Amino acid sequence: MIFVNAGKKDWAFAYAMVAPTVLGVLILNIYPLFKSCYLSFTESKGFGIYKWTGLDNYVRLMEDPEVWQAVVNTLAYTVLSVVIGVFLSLVVAVLLNEKIRGRGLYRTIYFLPVVSAPAAVAMVWRWLYNADAGLINYLLSMFGIGAIHWLTDPRMAMISIVIVGVWTMVGYNMVLLLAGLQEIPKTFYEAAEMDGAGPVQKFLHVTLPMISPTLFFVVVTSVIGGLQVFDFIFMMIEPSNTAMASTQSLVYLFYKQSFLMGDRSYGAAIVMLLLVITLIITAIQMKLQKRWVYYE
Amino acid sequence: MQFKTSTKKHLAVHAALILGAVTMLVPFLWMVITSLKTLAESTMVPPTLWPETLQWSNYADVWNSLPFAAFYANTFGMILFRVIGSVFFSATAAYAFARIEFPGRNVLFGLVLVTMMIPGQLFLIPQYEIVARLGAVDSLFALVLPGIVSAFGTFLLRQFFLGIPKELEEAAVLDGCSRWQIFWHVMLPLTRSGLIALSIFTALFAWKDLMWPLIVNTSLDKMPLASGLASLQGQYSTNFPQLMAGSMIAIWPMLILFVLFQKQFIQGVAGTGSKN
Repeated sequence: MIFVNAGKKDWAFAYAMVAPTVLGVLILNIYPLFKSCYLSFTESKGFGIYKWTGLDNYVRLMEDPEVWQAVVNTLAYTVLSVVIGVFLSLVVAVLLNEKIRGRGLYRTIYFLPVVSAPAAVAMVWRWLYNADAGLINYLLSMFGIGAIHWLTDPRMAMISIVIVGVWTMVGYNMVLLLAGLQEIPKTFYEAAEMDGAGPVQKFLHVTLPMISPTLFFVVVTSVIGGLQVFDFIFMMIEPSNTAMASTQSLVYLFYKQSFLMGDRSYGAAIVMLLLVITLIITAIQMKLQKRWVYYE
Repeated sequence: MQFKTSTKKHLAVHAALILGAVTMLVPFLWMVITSLKTLAESTMVPPTLWPETLQWSNYADVWNSLPFAAFYANTFGMILFRVIGSVFFSATAAYAFARIEFPGRNVLFGLVLVTMMIPGQLFLIPQYEIVARLGAVDSLFALVLPGIVSAFGTFLLRQFFLGIPKELEEAAVLDGCSRWQIFWHVMLPLTRSGLIALSIFTALFAWKDLMWPLIVNTSLDKMPLASGLASLQGQYSTNFPQLMAGSMIAIWPMLILFVLFQKQFIQGVAGTGSKN
């Protein structure tokens, strides 16, 4: 134990080692956190000048139908993309955990969207979704399905964005889940087989409990990612689009208010709302994990 | 019989995987095919599956209409400095947090952990104001700054350091190594997989970040590819052959890097999850 507590000389060394990160975190994260919180109680008066206005922004927030619609949109995107995306990731991971030919190739292909810039992804999907000359509507027309306005029909646009979100997240989550699957000892399956378990029972009683910690991690990070959806909305739904109201997320609204309309105080209040929602949802997940996550 | 059922099962597995793989690949293929069509051909119904004449000029037109060389350089610089900064500073901090007991350790580490739980958008307005006060908007410095240290990286590498047996350090001390020598020559090489994982994670995150570049760098020649492409869309809104050509110009280097180093990419991403 001499090392762990070798005295004050080591303390100086330790402080020097943590200093860049701690200072960086203080300046770039902790101070901004308090500053954003403060800004949400002020009114912006030109660059860097703020006047304390108490709860005004929050009162405005509560009465702003655009904000509530954005909350609904954000939650809808999160629930849909996490449920569909995590389910598909798990299916792909389980299939790729089998000893089959071309595993590496499949894994590479599924991961391609992960390494593509969101702006490029958004553009190609905007093109695929094009109502008149898009590939998807053409393929559907071969089955007699009429043109769908993927990105301009307010009832469709959110689903279209969820599809793109899922398309980009499956590869990433699949890799995390596959790593978890490969850590399950073969003997567990052999023991289950001895007890006469079929494939479904093996999945339910061996795979699922053993993968549950990784699955929990994947769900939590996907939920946090979903709550912050911005890129695809920004790139695929132009401000004049009739579907904007039914797709704009809290983060999009934050960006619009803070950086396009210059109302940073109101923007700060919007991200404070996002913080509260994120903390509540994460707390609920932490509580619920005791019911389904299995730790050895 | 055994053989037959397993072949049947494998056929079903392949069918499902191929369906998924096609879904993953078609958008990329359609991007390439469209990028080589004329505007008139691209809007034809039914669409042609292969361009009648390959329109390579789309690439030249797009390349000349926006400063793509600057986009590449800015992207490369942003990734390089963020990776160097966050990996180095995370490693030093993670080592101290994992292996040295010093007053305030838990408080300081707690501070680092807390920032991981907060949506990153909360930092953006004050970070922008810091950059603006330093007179550094529209610069490489502005692109790099928020990623120069990493709370996540510190957390991740600390897990790796915690997994290294104490005996190795003890042996190094008996050999008369200084703390720094122990860190640099003994501990750091042992966390190589963690360092690679963090480098790849940091690079991917920087490469895909869109909102920060949109906010801080509004001059075209200071943009990375992410926001440069957004301005391309603003310029060509529905000229899809040119938009697709621009997208291809933007994404091919990363796609090639991924295909060449896919083992590192995949292990890197897997490494960010398994140690939680």
